Amino acid sequence: MKIEYEHLNVILQKFKANPYKIFKVNTIHTGYIRDFLVKEGDEVKGPSGKWLEKPGTSLFVLEREKNLKTIRAHINGWVQNLRTDLLNRFVEAEETILEIKHPLSQQEIISEILLSALYLVKAPETAKYVLSPGLAAKIEKEGLHKVKIKKGDELLIMTFMKRETPIFFEEDGVFLIYNIYFKPFQLIERGQPLIGLCPEEQLPYLEKIVSRIREEWPL
Amino acid sequence: MKIELYKTLKNLLETATYIRDIKGEDFFEITSLINKISEVYDNFYQYEPSYLENFVKKTKEQLDILLDQGEKTLTPYEIVKITRHPQRFTLQDILENVYDSYMELGGEGEINIDPAVVCAKAMLVRKVGDEIFFHQVMVIGHEKGHGEEFREGGSAKPWGNEKALRYMKMAETEGIPIHFFIFTPGAYPIEDYPGAAQQIAKNLYHMAKLRVPTIAFISEGGSGGAEAIGLADMRLMAEKGYYSVISPEGAAAIEAKIKDGRPPRELVEKCARSLKLTAKDNLRFGTIDKIIPEPPLGARRKDCEFFKRLKIELIRATDEVILQTRSIKFLRKYAVSKQETENFKYYVNWDLDEDEIEILIENRYKKYRKMTQWAVHENKTLFKSFFDLGHTISVKLKNEINYKILKQGQKTFKKFLNELTSESTLLLKPVSDPIKTVYNLIVGKKTGPKLITPSLQDDDIPTYVSPLALEDKTITCPQSEKYSCPDLWVPDLYGEFCGVCPNCGYHFPLEYKWYLNNIFDKNSIRTFNDEITSTNPLEFEGYAEKLKAAREKTGLNSSLISFEAKIGGISLIAVMLIAEFRQGTVGVAEGEKFIRAIELAKLTRRPFLALVHTTGGIRIHEGTIGVVQMPRCTMAVRDYVDEGGLYIVVYDNNSYAGPVASFLGSAPYQFALKSTRLGFAGPRVIRETTGQDVPPDYHSAENALKRGHIQGIWDRRELRKKLFTALLTMGGKNLYYRW
Repeated sequence: MKIEYEHLNVILQKFKANPYKIFKVNTIHTGYIRDFLVKEGDEVKGPSGKWLEKPGTSLFVLEREKNLKTIRAHINGWVQNLRTDLLNRFVEAEETILEIKHPLSQQEIISEILLSALYLVKAPETAKYVLSPGLAAKIEKEGLHKVKIKKGDELLIMTFMKRETPIFFEEDGVFLIYNIYFKPFQLIERGQPLIGLCPEEQLPYLEKIVSRIREEWPL
Repeated sequence: MKIELYKTLKNLLETATYIRDIKGEDFFEITSLINKISEVYDNFYQYEPSYLENFVKKTKEQLDILLDQGEKTLTPYEIVKITRHPQRFTLQDILENVYDSYMELGGEGEINIDPAVVCAKAMLVRKVGDEIFFHQVMVIGHEKGHGEEFREGGSAKPWGNEKALRYMKMAETEGIPIHFFIFTPGAYPIEDYPGAAQQIAKNLYHMAKLRVPTIAFISEGGSGGAEAIGLADMRLMAEKGYYSVISPEGAAAIEAKIKDGRPPRELVEKCARSLKLTAKDNLRFGTIDKIIPEPPLGARRKDCEFFKRLKIELIRATDEVILQTRSIKFLRKYAVSKQETENFKYYVNWDLDEDEIEILIENRYKKYRKMTQWAVHENKTLFKSFFDLGHTISVKLKNEINYKILKQGQKTFKKFLNELTSESTLLLKPVSDPIKTVYNLIVGKKTGPKLITPSLQDDDIPTYVSPLALEDKTITCPQSEKYSCPDLWVPDLYGEFCGVCPNCGYHFPLEYKWYLNNIFDKNSIRTFNDEITSTNPLEFEGYAEKLKAAREKTGLNSSLISFEAKIGGISLIAVMLIAEFRQGTVGVAEGEKFIRAIELAKLTRRPFLALVHTTGGIRIHEGTIGVVQMPRCTMAVRDYVDEGGLYIVVYDNNSYAGPVASFLGSAPYQFALKSTRLGFAGPRVIRETTGQDVPPDYHSAENALKRGHIQGIWDRRELRKKLFTALLTMGGKNLYYRW
């Protein structure tokens, strides 16, 4: 497993050219659009507060069976492609009413790039995971980016229905633990990334990219 | 000589600054006087001693005049400022100057269980002629400190109040009187174990029957925090102290409906006036027993005369409480009233025997039962009053004969017979067993008598349709994004589903009538004491109109309904605090109705249920008249539970503050519906007091259960069934009484 430099450069270029992600806001069910609470180009905010307890900006009102439902923004950004023509008209479920142009933050870009650059160990089952005790002790002692992993090493322990199953590393070559994406004993869905690994020789290159993003993108 | 002058000048500067802080910068020419004193103080050694002497003398005279002027024009808000001033005396000053020796318990200074609460074993010396007597007392109080942050301004944390309770119990074991000192703006409103509200409730519950004399001294009495150590046999109050249901700032924020930021100064001053929080007001209301005089603009740290006076008053108060339990007391009681100096003319032994302890507790109950009764307003005709009196006497007589004479005798006889049968069975068994076996073989085995228990009949429930269910529309569950709940058709939701989302179990709010009609048996509810009406005892501006509006909206006279009812045939007495009437807040009418209801439950030997549709706390418009409902009602609860009654509380919606921190929180069995938010203070008050935001689920029923504040969480759809089971299982054989 090797990082494809060219691919990475293409991704970087892409983010540089357009550091936004477009989120479509669709109707959750059929109904009538009764009111638009934003205008084209308005800035909207997603849920905020320490516990995301403050709801996002109200976008539009959808009515079904006299039930007026306010649809709110789930992410920060600007409103575009607002379908004002749909006002007081019947809409089907999953119809796009507007788009939110979300400016990617530095951390989001780093995560996106890392997700495409790193070798990811994904959850084989929906279960709770914990690092193998040996590995956890090593990480605690040496820190991330320093602990080496090779084929046959015990990486994780999967606990599910009181059974514990060890998960071993099966790739050839020496890898470094770059990132851990889970918290111990937290329920993780199948297919979600657990650990991000980086080939030993490519660590300097990856760190260079990350520091470049940190320099080039605002916080 | 010059050093003395320097010290005097420093004191004068402090006094002048104090006057400015209390009366404001525009008070006469206080600012220029401070500047003048500061200038002389800063360049002290450049002045001639004769000039300094003259200056000190003149300034002293000027300040005395200003103090007198300030005293004459003192406003309630200025009194609040006096109690909060860093130069005000604190508990540490009292311990140093009033008591002859003391030892702090539970930590000193910052190394403490809770630095805001100080507990100490202290010694008081009484001189009678040439003789010296030593009195040991337990001192428990709030310590505001003189600006130390760790004291939290005297706001006791839940574990601080728990510490206070621990030392109350210690004093009880040792049989020594307790002196409580209240210097708190309010309790620290956090729910961490043991929980602000629940701990105050526990303290009140225990203090209701403390077996030692208790004296409370109030300087700053902030609502529930003050009550945590305020239920005493005698309540003294500093002349320049305040005792209130809420701080004037808090009341102003509520009145002006301000969520963030400070309310305007004028409104704060107006609220301070309206709350009637001064010592004189409280004495007039009967919420305190005596005022301890203070020098003009209040006593400060160095006022030795005040401490001398306080010592005499504390000894006198303790004597008075003790003498009330004694049979031979006439001369000493007279001497107590005349005692003005440190040299006492008499001696009172502070040890109580068992009979005296009983009288002490009885006196305490009577004192709080009577407290604020003058403010109870009943809209009764003379005929109804006579009828009710006759009814009460007949019920009392019937139950006294039934339960105290007949049942008691019956029970004792039954117990004796059971014991006798058990003994004789053992003796006769070897002989009777073979005969019994042969008899059973011939006749067949005899089965025991069938146990008849009450059961829930669905036919008993009337078909009540909530007005909310009359709309033809759908509604979205607030948790639909999290749990993918489908939209709910309103007639279904408020009808068959009992206002509960069938997918995630979210409880939508329902009107109080739904509970009355769906929990209790058909036609079993009979309300009583409906005539007791919420009034405006403080003549709080604008409150009478609000009350009138609430009465018109609900058709009720107060936020508490008391009634007799049945669940599955089990007869019980119940009260319900309802949201529709002033958010279920509690004032004197509600307190009186609660006490009368629980007294009826005690008299008629029935279980007592408190349903909380919502309670927003003590009604601020009734000031301390509302606050004292906390100890009053808790004493009634304690009396009922000690007599063997079964008291169950069921919370719903928003259940906060005073009632939870007293007569509700002291219930042995507390349950909450899933929709409950339970706690001492709401998120806004917590943020303002602690500076910390709390998570949205901070007050949830789940968290209240995890913290051990309640015994279980119930689903509204099963409320009737759950209550029925609770009455059967916890009430035991007799359903309601342990003995």
